Amino acid sequence: MTPFWILTRAGFRRHSTYRLALLAGMTTNSVFGVIRALLLLAALASAGSDIGGYDAPTAVAFVWWGQALLGTVNLWGFQEVKDRVRTGDIAIDFLRPVNPQLAYLAGDLGRAGINLVGRGAPAILLGGLLFDMAWPPGAASWVSGAVSVVLAVVVAFSGNFTVNLLAFWLVEIRGIYLMWMITGGLLCGLYLPVPWFPNWLRTIAEWSPFPSMLQIPIDILAGRVVGAEIIATMATQVFWATALLVLGQVVLRAGRRRLEVQGG
Amino acid sequence: MSTTNPAIIETRELVRDFKKLRAVDRMTFTIEAGEAVGYIGANGAGKSTTIKMLTGILKPTSGLVRTCGLDPMSRRIEVARRVGVVFGQRSQLWWDLPLRDSFEILAAIHRLQPERATARTAALVEQLEMGPQLGTPVRSLSLGQRMRAEIAAALLHSPELLVLDEPTIGLDVLSKQRLREFLVAERRERGTTLLLTTHDMGDIERLCDRVLVVDRGRLAFDGTLTGLAGTVGARRLLVLDLAVPTPALVDVPGTQLVDSESDGLRQRLAFDAETTTAAAVLAHVSGRAEVRDLTIEEPDIEDVVRRLYAASGRA
Repeated sequence: MTPFWILTRAGFRRHSTYRLALLAGMTTNSVFGVIRALLLLAALASAGSDIGGYDAPTAVAFVWWGQALLGTVNLWGFQEVKDRVRTGDIAIDFLRPVNPQLAYLAGDLGRAGINLVGRGAPAILLGGLLFDMAWPPGAASWVSGAVSVVLAVVVAFSGNFTVNLLAFWLVEIRGIYLMWMITGGLLCGLYLPVPWFPNWLRTIAEWSPFPSMLQIPIDILAGRVVGAEIIATMATQVFWATALLVLGQVVLRAGRRRLEVQGG
Repeated sequence: MSTTNPAIIETRELVRDFKKLRAVDRMTFTIEAGEAVGYIGANGAGKSTTIKMLTGILKPTSGLVRTCGLDPMSRRIEVARRVGVVFGQRSQLWWDLPLRDSFEILAAIHRLQPERATARTAALVEQLEMGPQLGTPVRSLSLGQRMRAEIAAALLHSPELLVLDEPTIGLDVLSKQRLREFLVAERRERGTTLLLTTHDMGDIERLCDRVLVVDRGRLAFDGTLTGLAGTVGARRLLVLDLAVPTPALVDVPGTQLVDSESDGLRQRLAFDAETTTAAAVLAHVSGRAEVRDLTIEEPDIEDVVRRLYAASGRA
């Protein structure tokens, strides 16, 4: 087995040992899914027509795919790499004949996998049972939707990883981290669909990597983006995945030269 | 110096500064393939910093470092394939997975052939007696079990050089003993070069044929353990609990009285293992007072190092 694959499997297994956390996550996602879906449906009802291209079933799909992918795509980020830089355990990562960024990416894909199975799938099934939801319009949407989810995981990971690496230079990155989370949560289209944003905010979002983390896969899975348009939106994801991976690699190299592991 | 074996570690005028502090100061030494070297010094003397530069974790401020003939900073991955490292206070295992998984992952990372990985894992598990723990998550292992697992993990890819940073710290006597026996056997079989930092003189005595002492980032001694003991007169300490108050034992041959407590009920005699034995001292004392209990304290590294620092006028 290749190192990448076995590290992905290890990430899957590591996170599957915390079953209670998965169950708690699924329950929370579902409860919020119901509330958010009811709110959006009420808004649509009071508007009396579609809002920004969303009718009731696509709005429901927007909410439930968002809830389902919330744990899969690491929107809230992770602290592991930052903590390892701070404690010096990052030294262990440099002692292995692998690229640390790719090793962490593999682990994160595994984490995403178990979250998709354990949290995402039950949430989307529940959403489909409770509401009239728009399903992906065909095999092409399912397949490209799945690829788009993987790309979303990669984009979110690469962004988070790079933010974590700032710990090489800064004693405390909590502030930057919080900003990343708040900006990301808003601009990725988790709370409201990006097309509903005022023009100026939509422009900012569209020039940022955040919609690639959630809005794009949801658009494909909800059937709002179809045909040749799928290729164009996924190209945006590929661009951001590549750009952020390269950026992370550059920052990692610079950080390694700066590393000051003291003690032990 | 013999040049029969290739150098596996070479440093020349190696320097590392942390802000205003010079942690490693113009360090120059060579370790040949197959040697077993103890690297000792007080806390903060620069031991770990040197090791981190040897393994490509830390960038030297200036000077030269070669590990397996390579620059460890720019050729990190090649060096990682040929070196095994254990930091006693950090883990390279996967905390929340069964121990077995860590070995599997490391074998894959090092791209070992499946048959070779299986055979090597089985051999290490058997020699280190870890069979019963293979299914246990690493976080549930005892310290002794975890340390054996760390060493197995570092040796899985059969490195040419094994670097151990405080491998026996916190271990009980039996665990230390088992670990040392394993390392002796492993080296006998494979000729692995060993570089070891420790605070435990027993580690050095059992495992190393050469000692490097570092003091404030500088090399203060390079030679054999016997040579080191000869330089600083590393002495053992005999602690005697006597039945009745006894006058100070100032004239026992080959010893020096360190102190006498409670009217001479407990007395400490220091002696040089080269000039007399514990048995001879005991026999002599028994002729003068009834001995109720005794313990022998081995010279500890701090003591040896302190004496060396004192001898070189830098204490």
